[in-house]
Amino acid sequence: MAAPRTSLRLVAAIRNGSSRGIHGPGGAATPEGSQKGKTLLQFLSDRFYDVEFMREYFLQRHMLKVHQKNRSFAHLVQDYGPNAAGACFILKQGGAVKFQNKEWIRPNERGHFRLEFLKFQGVPVEAVDASGCAINYEGLDNLLLLKELQSLSLQHCPHVDDWCLSRLHPLASSLQELSLAGCPHISERGLACLHHLQNLRRLDISDLPAVSNPGLTQILVEEMLPNCEVLGAGWAQGLKVEPEEQPDRASPVHAW
Amino acid sequence: MLGRGLRLGLRRGLVTQGLSARREGSTLDWDGKVSEIKKKIQSILPGGAWNPLYDTSHLPPEHSDVVIVGGGVLGLSVAYWLKKLERRRGAIRVLVVERDHTYLQASTALSVGGIRQQFSLPENIQLSLFSANFLRNINEYLAVVDAPPLDLQFNPLGYLLLASEKGAATMESNVKVQRQEGAKVCLMSPEQLQNKFPWINTEGVALASYGMENEGWFDPWCLLQGLRRKVQSMGVLFCQGEVTRFISSSNHMKTASGREVTLKRIYEVHVKMDRSLEYQPVECAIVINAAGAWSGHVAELAGIGKGPPGTLQGTRLPVEPRKRYVYVWHCPQGPGLEAPLVTDMSGAYFRREGLGNNYLGGLSPTEEEEPDPGNLEVDYDFFQDKVWPSLAQRVPAFETLKVRSAWAGYYDYNTFDQNGVVGPHPLVANMYFATGFSGHGLQQAPGVGRAVAEMVLEGHFQTIDLSPFLFSRFYLGEKVQEHVII
Repeated sequence: MAAPRTSLRLVAAIRNGSSRGIHGPGGAATPEGSQKGKTLLQFLSDRFYDVEFMREYFLQRHMLKVHQKNRSFAHLVQDYGPNAAGACFILKQGGAVKFQNKEWIRPNERGHFRLEFLKFQGVPVEAVDASGCAINYEGLDNLLLLKELQSLSLQHCPHVDDWCLSRLHPLASSLQELSLAGCPHISERGLACLHHLQNLRRLDISDLPAVSNPGLTQILVEEMLPNCEVLGAGWAQGLKVEPEEQPDRASPVHAW
Repeated sequence: MLGRGLRLGLRRGLVTQGLSARREGSTLDWDGKVSEIKKKIQSILPGGAWNPLYDTSHLPPEHSDVVIVGGGVLGLSVAYWLKKLERRRGAIRVLVVERDHTYLQASTALSVGGIRQQFSLPENIQLSLFSANFLRNINEYLAVVDAPPLDLQFNPLGYLLLASEKGAATMESNVKVQRQEGAKVCLMSPEQLQNKFPWINTEGVALASYGMENEGWFDPWCLLQGLRRKVQSMGVLFCQGEVTRFISSSNHMKTASGREVTLKRIYEVHVKMDRSLEYQPVECAIVINAAGAWSGHVAELAGIGKGPPGTLQGTRLPVEPRKRYVYVWHCPQGPGLEAPLVTDMSGAYFRREGLGNNYLGGLSPTEEEEPDPGNLEVDYDFFQDKVWPSLAQRVPAFETLKVRSAWAGYYDYNTFDQNGVVGPHPLVANMYFATGFSGHGLQQAPGVGRAVAEMVLEGHFQTIDLSPFLFSRFYLGEKVQEHVII
């Protein structure tokens, strides 16, 4: 972004007719088998409005499904309280909830769960395990109803991105444990927003493919949150070890 | 006839099959003659630019419903919303005329890329909120089948605005308006500021406002390319050329009080090709002026401002290019990863760039120190004399820094009240403005594009009411001053 000169190369790529998106032909390494199939669909899309429209329709439908999963559960707040409403949202998504002094509640394989928690009055939700759930920015409205949440696990959530992390600041007073391992859309820019969470004691940022430099990011996050134990790639990742010498930690490292 | 058409169609199919099979290669090695023949066949078939005398594929079409002058983020945003809000698919033909497809001097490409809701006018706050929404869901709005998703590299760290004793009351009332519109802004005292950001020197700071959500900075080039790609897929035509003339028809009428008024309608736009005298007259119904820093010049071409001063005919569009510098420096002990975009009372601002302790920032000069906008050369003395002292005073770590590079870009500066001009001109009835945003055009582009599209298609603003930004305020002298300008 900072160097306007590099942008010229991108424009030249478009001019040459390579229409594989703005990032040039290096978009995705498709396996050999689906290569021909993709070209055929692309070929049909380019020539027939019907095919193009159908593909756009399926794309929109997929996005609508995610929206439907993240609809608002605010109507439950009046009758059952914010904790129950938030818990219902998480359970519907396929996650697990733990109320204070109670056991974990998980949905079974069919997605059904026991509704006893609706009768709990004023018992706060202590921990949420939303691994693999399709939570996105709008769905966080429901998650933020749980004002006394202490542990949150968002491992491998495909729709959690930097915008979602910037929304976690209302949980700053209570959140102590956060896990973001394996989320494909989180980058170091989103991790920077976690500086609001001063009560955080354990943070897991391992296996984040969108972070450009995991080792350096870990160091910077540790500086940002001095009281927090950060589990991640380890600062040594990305550093090259000299083959002929012994890997010597004391020697000056050639940093990135 | 049918047989010949079928055979040509088959051959064309073969040609394109061949092309698509070789698409992975970077250059196509065809025999010269064979490619000539194939080009001729393609131009004869429907959809090609068939002209038996000479090749006109570089020229814009002869008719277009809407001509958008300027292909930056505002022009493309208007094109996008026009195609999105049209009632029937393909109802409106849009042409975007951009003088320079490399965007060397375009404000969009050279922008710092910030987005904030901390304005004093409710309309600006609403526009920014909508734009944040747009950017967050950009892969739904700008989805193109078979294209990779856009990565805007949005950094949600927010803006931190500092105020002295004098400005504290204004800041409080501004924050109140911002909260009313739905922005998440919090006020901090100097002690809280020191706790949160220990690297700030809070001397002289009475109050600070910090945007918690929906504020930050992103990559404007990515937004531009995403819009361009989507808009091309929706059927908008692009042309590289310069608008040199508007041909309009005049209608002399009398008002109820007997005064003479001349209403003009532009019916033709002359688009001149680069480095040649060739031009194409494009017949059009509506012209949108989104030319950024050069909007004033385009408005003059339409005859806006040619009249006795003090009258509506004599009111110029007060948008002119103003040069602004952005400097990039490295500071090893500088603010950490959590640093927002900090704006000092003196107007100096900075933000982090990347993971490597690089920062970028600048300062808007006062009226007397305005640099000459003739070129985009950078003045490093300005950094030494004006920017660095302010920064070092606010962040002591910046006393040891090393300037890496710098660049300059234009603000499309509205000399009247530093706010945008949106909507039609009262006398030149079919020219719509989307310009003059004086440094916050990028962050308001999605909202403004939608507003202009609504104005063109429906005749009035529907979602966000931008009537305070109409052109007529220049004649009536009603300033809608934006107080929070960086």
